[in-house]
Amino acid sequence: MIQFLIHEAADSVGVATVDIKAGETVKGLYMDSQNPAEVQVLDDIPLGHKIAMNDLKIDEAVIKYGADIGKVVADIKKGGHVHIQNLKTRRW
Amino acid sequence: MSNPKVMAYKRENGRVGIRNHVVILPLDDLSNAACENVAHNIKGCKAIPHAYGRLQFGEDLDLYFRTLIGTGANANVAAVVVIGIEPEWTNIIVEGIAKTGKPVTGFAIERHGDIKTVEMASWKAKEYVQWASELQREECDLSEIWVSTKCGESDTTSGLASNPTVGNVFEKLVGMGGTCSFGETSEITGAEDGVEKRAANPEAAKQFRFLFDRYAKMIDDNKTDDLSGSQPTKGNIAGGLTTIEEKAFGNVQKIGKTINYVGALDKAVAPTGPGLWYMDSSSAAAEAVTLWAAAGFVAHLFPTGQGNIIGNAIEPVIKLTANPRTAGDMSEHIDYDCSAILRGEMTLDESGDKLIEMLVRTCNGRRTAQEALGHEEFVLTKLYESA
Repeated sequence: MIQFLIHEAADSVGVATVDIKAGETVKGLYMDSQNPAEVQVLDDIPLGHKIAMNDLKIDEAVIKYGADIGKVVADIKKGGHVHIQNLKTRRW
Repeated sequence: MSNPKVMAYKRENGRVGIRNHVVILPLDDLSNAACENVAHNIKGCKAIPHAYGRLQFGEDLDLYFRTLIGTGANANVAAVVVIGIEPEWTNIIVEGIAKTGKPVTGFAIERHGDIKTVEMASWKAKEYVQWASELQREECDLSEIWVSTKCGESDTTSGLASNPTVGNVFEKLVGMGGTCSFGETSEITGAEDGVEKRAANPEAAKQFRFLFDRYAKMIDDNKTDDLSGSQPTKGNIAGGLTTIEEKAFGNVQKIGKTINYVGALDKAVAPTGPGLWYMDSSSAAAEAVTLWAAAGFVAHLFPTGQGNIIGNAIEPVIKLTANPRTAGDMSEHIDYDCSAILRGEMTLDESGDKLIEMLVRTCNGRRTAQEALGHEEFVLTKLYESA
């Protein structure tokens, strides 16, 4: 049983497939290669929400599906919850 | 992947259908009652009532004619009886459908009244039903089956598993020489530059940009507030989606990674060759599938997260979900459950093969959940009010 999935190698975020508690070390899979991944999460991550796979700095792009899905607006640590508090669209 | 064989109906114009409907097609809202009475009299035919067809004009009228003619011309339809209030527009539909070579006859209610019209049309419908019931399925290649896709009631499981499963199937179908289509112009907002780059040639990219900009202008002209507050929706955000780009890229997982679209079509326009095609369409499920059926598509793949229950009158809709809750508490609507991907127990490639297996079974005659439940949505897209 896995707790998160990452779409592809280039992605900087994974997606929780179960509710994850802060402090847990969780196992995941890269969907393109089926390679395993592991990360210690820093925040509670509800199912469907994103986990940073590496440290992300302000203005950096967040990559999911191999695509730029917006810019970082507050520094994020590896294992942190990536959502509206630290990621913003480039559109508006 | 090899090109599986399916048992399907070869129509007069060479197109392949997976159903054998005899359709009683109303020209207009006024003729729905007569069509439904014919379908009541004659077992085995199907009336597809709708709300429009009077005093339409301009581009809206063109789209309306294209949609009705395309519906009758669809290879899932063996024969058509058209009933309209007056003969002139009725004949436009009849002549359009007749180009396929299939049997089609029109009846006009004016100067006859409903009762005589229903009698005459019932005789013709009986003849068509008995003729169609003797047509046999023949062995065809899966690549001859035109397949469309759009998703609905999406959630994070859609972007993770059910949409990429369709993407995997589209890669395989296009690899076999098949004809596939995606659209949902509004849901592409945020990933439109990425979609433009997926064009196979500059002409297709230009066509896509024209259709996207036309849509964006329509939204701009009619919106009453800034869409930034509603895209992504509050429900999307609660589910973990943060930006409109993320939502849009989750949507376009349905076209996989390795294939490019060869052209971008206006609503209800048939592709002119094999490959992946973009078609401009609303993201409202029933309207969009009606447009694909009118463009000639005969099977639809519909990934859903929270459980959209849509069907279509002539194009079978195969529903899949990766949301285990939807697969459980709405199981009567779901044809294929791919939630094993979320547990790490199935790869996308395996999931794509399983969906192709369900597509093959559907082509061979398995009734989809939507068909068994009687979801026969037929919803015309209207561009503006009638005169």
